[in-house]
Formats: sequence, C-alpha cells, structure tokens
Amino acid sequence: MGIIENINKVFDHRIRLGIMSILMVNDQADFNRLKELLDVTDGNLASHIKGLEKEEYILVEKQFIGRKPNTRYSATKLGKAAFKKHINALEQLILKKGLK
Amino acid sequence: MSELDYLKDISEIKNLMNKSSRFISLSGWAGILAGVYALIGAAVAYYLVANSGRAYLILDGYVFRLILLDLALIAILSVGTAILITTRSAKNDGVKIWDKTTRTLLMSFLVPLITGGIYILIILQQQKYGQTGALMLIFYGLALINASKYTFSNIKYLGYAEIILGLICACYPGYGFWLWVLGFGIFHIVYGAFMLLTEKK
Repeated sequence: MGIIENINKVFDHRIRLGIMSILMVNDQADFNRLKELLDVTDGNLASHIKGLEKEEYILVEKQFIGRKPNTRYSATKLGKAAFKKHINALEQLILKKGLK
Repeated sequence: MSELDYLKDISEIKNLMNKSSRFISLSGWAGILAGVYALIGAAVAYYLVANSGRAYLILDGYVFRLILLDLALIAILSVGTAILITTRSAKNDGVKIWDKTTRTLLMSFLVPLITGGIYILIILQQQKYGQTGALMLIFYGLALINASKYTFSNIKYLGYAEIILGLICACYPGYGFWLWVLGFGIFHIVYGAFMLLTEKK
C-alpha cells in the first residue's frame, strides 16, 4: 500500500504537525510565536522542535536581539517536501475511505 | 489513527496556516463604505473648487487646505471603518487582532502609502499639480498589492486596477479628478460588492 508508506510518522503528532504547518506558510517564526499559535508549554514545544530538527525538517537559527537570545525556525526543503507528501497521503486516505 | 483523526489533522493544518500567515479578510462593507466616502469627499472638493472663483486648484491657501482636510477625512474614515468592521468580525471568530501578522500587514500597506503621500506633498510644494491624481492612484495600488500577501482577499487585483488607472491618469492629467473618482469611489464600491457576493457563497 503506497499510501500508508507516505504517511510520515514524524508528523503523527499534533504539535509537530502544527509547527510544520506554520513554517510552510511563513518564511520563519520564533519560539514565542510558535508557542502563542500552538498554545503549548515551553518544554513540550522544545522537545518537538528537537524532533523535527533531528530529521533536518527545520532549520534553527540562534541570534541575539539586544541582549535577549532569540531563536528562529524555518522549514528546510527536505521538510517542505516531506510535509507535502504527508498531506497528499492524508487526503488520499480520506478520499478512499469516503468512496467506500 | 482513524479517518476522523486524519480529518482533524487536515483541518488543524488549515487552521494554523490561516491563523499564522494571513489576516482575516476585509469585509466587503469596508470597501463599499470607503468608496462612498470617496464619492462624497470628491463631491465636496468639486463644490469647493467650483465656488472658489477659479476652475482649477492651486495652492492658494484656503481652498487648498480645505481640500487637504477633505482628503484626510476620507482616508481616516475609510481606515477607521475597515478597522472597526475587522475588529468586530475578528472578535466573532475568536481571532487575536493585534499579532505579528497584523503588524506586518499594516507596515507593508503603510510604507508605500506614506511614501506616496509625502512625495505628493513635496511636488505640490514645487507647484506641480498635474500628476497628483495619478500618483495617489499608483501609490495606493502599490500599497494594496504589497499588503495583499498578508490577507485572504483578492485585494491585489484592486491594486492592479488602481495602478493601471493611475498610469492612464498620468497620460491625461486633465481628467485627474474624474479618474480619481473612478479609482477611489467606483472601484471600491464594485470591489466591495464583489467581495460581499463571494462571501455569501
């Protein structure tokens, strides 16, 4: 079954899916912005970000704004491609089940 | 995961994409009212100039200042109405009105617009009146297109229309007033009505 293979385990979680959704349509977002949009705790968000970073789906850029550390995230080409594949698979699954 | 979960995933993705990148669409009413204000303002300006004893507008202090005031009122009323309507619909949808997307939207709209406004004031000081209407249309169109990246609406088409009209206006400066009425009055009303119709669907 080709469709099931295309379902990406990495995106099998609400927060990771959310992070990718946001980074697909925004060039970049910082930690607080993600936190605000996803409505999650710091620790929870950080661990899911790490997961995506390990897969090289997102790029992490650390910098300072004045004296405050600021971390910005953006989706990599690999991440965008993987996410698109995942969404297509989701849509096909729903379509198939709907037809039955 | 069941198919219900997949469906939930997809709607969650859509929701987050919209919330994070695009500002809620401006209502058609904002467009229609902006057009109406422009028409009223234009009628006032026409009346002022017609009764000033001259058939054209020059920087002769009083009338000119009234017309600037007239323009400022149109702009403030239009923007105020848009903000009011948007805030209300945002509250109904439970969306935060003042976040990063809104700020980016406002900045990308205001930078070309204010640049144009200052530029027009500068060339007016240099006694160049002929291109005022054209410049207002062109800079407004550029502001709309620049801001359209952060809205849902097809507002960029209104922007293109304003720019084309502005360029035509630049070729025929004598018709500046009427092309201004067309661009800021009629175009807004048509666009607003179109938006209302598509919203209903």
